Amino acid sequence: MTITPETVAFAIMSVLVLGGGLGVVSSRNLIHAALYLALTLFGVAGLFVLLEAPFLAAVQVLVYLGAIAVLVTITIMVTRRLMGITENVNRQWPVAALIAVLAAAILGFVVISQFAGVYPTQAVPPDTIERMGQSFASHQGFLLPFEVASVLLLAAMIGAIVVARD
Amino acid sequence: MADVLASLADIYTTIGNLLTRLFVDVLGASPELASGIIKFLGAGLLATSVLLILVFNIWFERKVMARIQDRIGPNRVGPWGIFQTVADLAKLFTKEIIIPDGADLVPFMIAPVISVMSVVLIWAVVPFAPTLIGTDLNIGALYFVAVSSLGVVSILLAGWSSNNKYALLGAFRGVAMLVSYEVPFVLALLVPVILSGSMRMGDIVRAQSIPFLVVMPVAALIFWIASVAEVGRQPFDVIEGESEIVSGYHIEYSGFAFAMFYAAEWAHGFTVCALMTVLFLGGWRGPGAEQIPTLGIVYFLGKTFLVYFFQVWTRAILPRMRIDHILSFSWKFLVPLSLVLLVLSVLADKLGQLYIPGYAVAGSFVDLLPRTALLLVVNLIVGGLAALWVAGLGRRERRRQEAALSVASIEGRAAQQAR
Repeated sequence: MTITPETVAFAIMSVLVLGGGLGVVSSRNLIHAALYLALTLFGVAGLFVLLEAPFLAAVQVLVYLGAIAVLVTITIMVTRRLMGITENVNRQWPVAALIAVLAAAILGFVVISQFAGVYPTQAVPPDTIERMGQSFASHQGFLLPFEVASVLLLAAMIGAIVVARD
Repeated sequence: MADVLASLADIYTTIGNLLTRLFVDVLGASPELASGIIKFLGAGLLATSVLLILVFNIWFERKVMARIQDRIGPNRVGPWGIFQTVADLAKLFTKEIIIPDGADLVPFMIAPVISVMSVVLIWAVVPFAPTLIGTDLNIGALYFVAVSSLGVVSILLAGWSSNNKYALLGAFRGVAMLVSYEVPFVLALLVPVILSGSMRMGDIVRAQSIPFLVVMPVAALIFWIASVAEVGRQPFDVIEGESEIVSGYHIEYSGFAFAMFYAAEWAHGFTVCALMTVLFLGGWRGPGAEQIPTLGIVYFLGKTFLVYFFQVWTRAILPRMRIDHILSFSWKFLVPLSLVLLVLSVLADKLGQLYIPGYAVAGSFVDLLPRTALLLVVNLIVGGLAALWVAGLGRRERRRQEAALSVASIEGRAAQQAR
C-alpha cells in the first residue's frame, strides 16, 4: 500500500471519527461527550471532502456542527439534573449495546457481501451540484421525496412555534 | 517592455509562475510538490495578511469613531497614533494567560483558536482579483456560511469552560442572537446565488455587470444588518454588554487568549465587509479590471474599506439594543421580509424570462437592464410596504403610550383634587 496525501488524511479523519465516538460513550462529563460528538461530526465532514462531496461536507458542518452540536450542548447546559451526572453508564446500556452491535453487523454484512474483493470505482462527475439540484427538481429524480421532506420540516417548524407560544 | 507590462498587469499569475519555475527548475522539485508548496505558502500568506490588516483596521476604526463622536482618538504612538495597535499588541503579548479555578482546560484553550479559525477560513473563497482567489470552490457561498457557523461553537465553549456565570449568560445570549440572525443572513445570501445561478464566488462576481446592490437593494440591506449582527457590533453587541454582564463569554480570558477573541471579532467585522463587497458590490469589478487583474485588488480593497467605513459609522452612532428587541427584530421582521422578498423576486424573475422580450439573466450592462429594472421595482415595493408597516407599528405604539400617560396624569390630578 502506497502512502498518498489522501491516505494520510483518511487516517486522520478516521482517528477523529472513531476517537470522538469512543469519547462520546466513555466520558463521565456530559458536556465533554457533546464536544466529542462535535469532533466526530467534524471528522465525518472531512470524510465527505475526501469522497469529493464538498456540498455534503459543507452541509455537515453547517447543520451538524453549527446547529445540532450547539443545540445538544445548550440542552445539556440548561438542564441542571443532567449536569450533575458522574456515572458513565445507565440502566439502558445492554439494549444500546445490542442495537449498536446489530447495526454494525448489518453494515458490515452489506459492505462485505457487496464489495468482497471488488472495488468498483468511478470518476466523480465534475458537476455534482448541478446534477443534485436537477434531480431534486425533476419528475425523473426525487421531486416527490424532496417535497415530502419539505412538508415534514415545515410541519416540525410550525409545531415548534406552537409549542413555544404556549 | 510589452512583456514586462503584461506580466505586471497580471502580477499574481506572474509571481505564481516564477515560484513554480524556482522550485521545479532551480531546486529540482516535481511539479506536484512545487504546486503543493506554493499552495501552502499562499494559504499562510493569506491567513497572515488577514490578521496583519487588523493592525491598521483597529487604528482606523478607533480614529473614525473618535472623530464621529467629537474626540481625538489615539494620537500618542507615531504620527496620528497610527502605531497604537502595535503597542497594544506588544502589551497583550507580554501579559499572562490566567486560567480560572475550575475551568475546563482543554475547551478553554481551544475556544479562542476555533474563534480565529472560523474567520480566517472564510478568506479561502474570497476573490480578490480575476486571477487571485484562494480556492474557487463550487460551493463557495455555502462554504463560508458553514465555516462561520463554527464561531457559535467557540462562543459556547468559551462561555461554558470559563466556570463563570457571567460568561455562560453572555454565551447564551450570544448564541441565541447569532443563531437567529443566521436565518436572514442565509436568506439574503441566497439572492446573489439565485441571480448569478452559481454558488462559486468567482461566478457571482462575474455575473455582476450591474452590481446586485442596484438589482436587489432590500436584500443587500438585510444582508448588511444580519452581517453586523453576526459580528456582534453595535447596535447588536449584546454578546459582550460591558454594562450588563461585564464582558460576556470572554470575561475570564486574559493576555493572548483574549487577544485572539479580540482579533477574531475585528477580523470578522472586516470579513463581512469583504463578503458584502463580493456578493453585492461586484467584488473586484471596475474599469479595466478584466484586462489588468492587478487593478482588481485595488477596487476590491477600496470597496471593502468603504463598506467598513459604513460599519464603523453605524457602530459609532447607534446605542445597544435590548436582547429581546434584537431577537424580535430578526424573527418578526427580517425573516418574514427576506422570505417574501425572495419568493416575489424569484417569481418576478421567472415571469420576466417568460413574457418580457429581450430579458436576459446574464450578459453585459445593457443586456441586464430589463431584469434590473423589474427586480428593482419589486424590491422597492416590498421594501416600501415593509417600511410603511413598521412606521404604522411605531405610530400605534406611541399613541398607546401617550394615551396611557394622559390617563395617568388625569388620575393623578383627580387624586390631588380629592385630597
